[in-house]
Amino acid sequence: MTQALQNLFWIFIFPGFVFTVCLGLVASWIVRKVSALVQWRVGPPFLQPFYDVMKLLGKEVLIPEEAQQTVFKAAPVVGLAGVLLLSTMLWRITIDPTRLFVGDIIVAIYLMVLPSLALILGSSASASPHAALGTSREMKLVMGYELSLVLAFIVVIIKSGGQLSLAAIAQQTPALSISGMLAFLVALLCVQAKLGFVPFDIAEAETEVASGVLMEYSGALLAVWKLVQAMMLVALPLFLVMVFLGGFTGALWAGIAKYVLVLVLLILIKNTNPRVRIDQAMKFFWFYCGVVLVAAVILAIIGNSYGIKWL
Amino acid sequence: MSWKIWSLKKSPWVFHVNTGACNNCDIEIVNLLTPKFDVERFGIKLVGSPRHADALLVTGVVTRQAAPRLQEVYRQTAKPCVVFAIGACACDKGIFTTGYHVVGPVDKIIREVDPNAIIAYVPGCPPKPEAIISGVVKALSVL
Repeated sequence: MTQALQNLFWIFIFPGFVFTVCLGLVASWIVRKVSALVQWRVGPPFLQPFYDVMKLLGKEVLIPEEAQQTVFKAAPVVGLAGVLLLSTMLWRITIDPTRLFVGDIIVAIYLMVLPSLALILGSSASASPHAALGTSREMKLVMGYELSLVLAFIVVIIKSGGQLSLAAIAQQTPALSISGMLAFLVALLCVQAKLGFVPFDIAEAETEVASGVLMEYSGALLAVWKLVQAMMLVALPLFLVMVFLGGFTGALWAGIAKYVLVLVLLILIKNTNPRVRIDQAMKFFWFYCGVVLVAAVILAIIGNSYGIKWL
Repeated sequence: MSWKIWSLKKSPWVFHVNTGACNNCDIEIVNLLTPKFDVERFGIKLVGSPRHADALLVTGVVTRQAAPRLQEVYRQTAKPCVVFAIGACACDKGIFTTGYHVVGPVDKIIREVDPNAIIAYVPGCPPKPEAIISGVVKALSVL
């Protein structure tokens, strides 16, 4: 009984829902503030993301007449569940890596794709032509970056000698070798696409397809999507830090510094690039990133079999 | 004041509707987002869909073609919301008063859908960005 209560506490309060949401909203404030500073503006106040979510919760929820109602309403909750499990799992491993099994890298890959799948389902249930365009773009984008992301993780798995457990992978720092660094850079770009940040915000391009996938969502349902995006902003950089940069194994401030470094890299890429077309994005991920990653995999295998650490 | 209205004032997201403007007012609206005025300081954000919006920035006299579209966009906006008639044309037809293609100022068209709509007027040809900010502040303070 107490075990069940403790699990619920982990999932809903700390380090799950409440903690990750607060952290995610602060992170999304950092994104907006740094973007504003890059553009020589003042930017929003600190609590702005909290105000936004609060306002959306109080607004009217409009549901299109022709929408498939159940899927349309359930999709944000499914997305939230996926990212909630992912972030709880990652934080648990970070806080107490020696505890019993909580999940390996393959579970994390599955959970990471869940919010995108929910977004595709929800927007295609909305019966809106703009959302349909956004959905098809999101699907193509997922197919584009998933391959590169999985290949990048394969490099890490090879470097760690076939380990799948996240706790074991987080003990090492693959980014200190050539193949690991290449894999980290590609994974960073994949995370950029997963978060829907600018060079890859094709699916919700506001100026082209009027917010695309999120177009028909309003009120509380939109607020849930905003929370999902905010939590992804915590979970995905944290995952990169754990897999490539050695996680929080050292001092706490070093872990936080790594997270902020990844976040700032993402923001700078976001602010210095124009939006690409969907065919350019797919070509980029399959051909350019694919070639780089195949080279990284070969380097990692050679390095592993001859015992050369830096390859 | 309820928490809904309080948070609405803290983050009004706006959707831009052009119902036949000459583009001058649109340029002034885009001006608001530039570093000089930077309305994101007040949480104001331009969004791509009326379903996300809390305020409609309507520019231009309403033409026969645009009127049903404007009404549809108003119906699609999640309530509570505010409508801003920006510029002389949107407020009272401006120089197009006798035009054959004109069906009316923005408030008349919106009131056909919702008689209790909150409509704010920002006159000028085009209104200055300062005037638009002042109009937004005044409209939000009566909510």
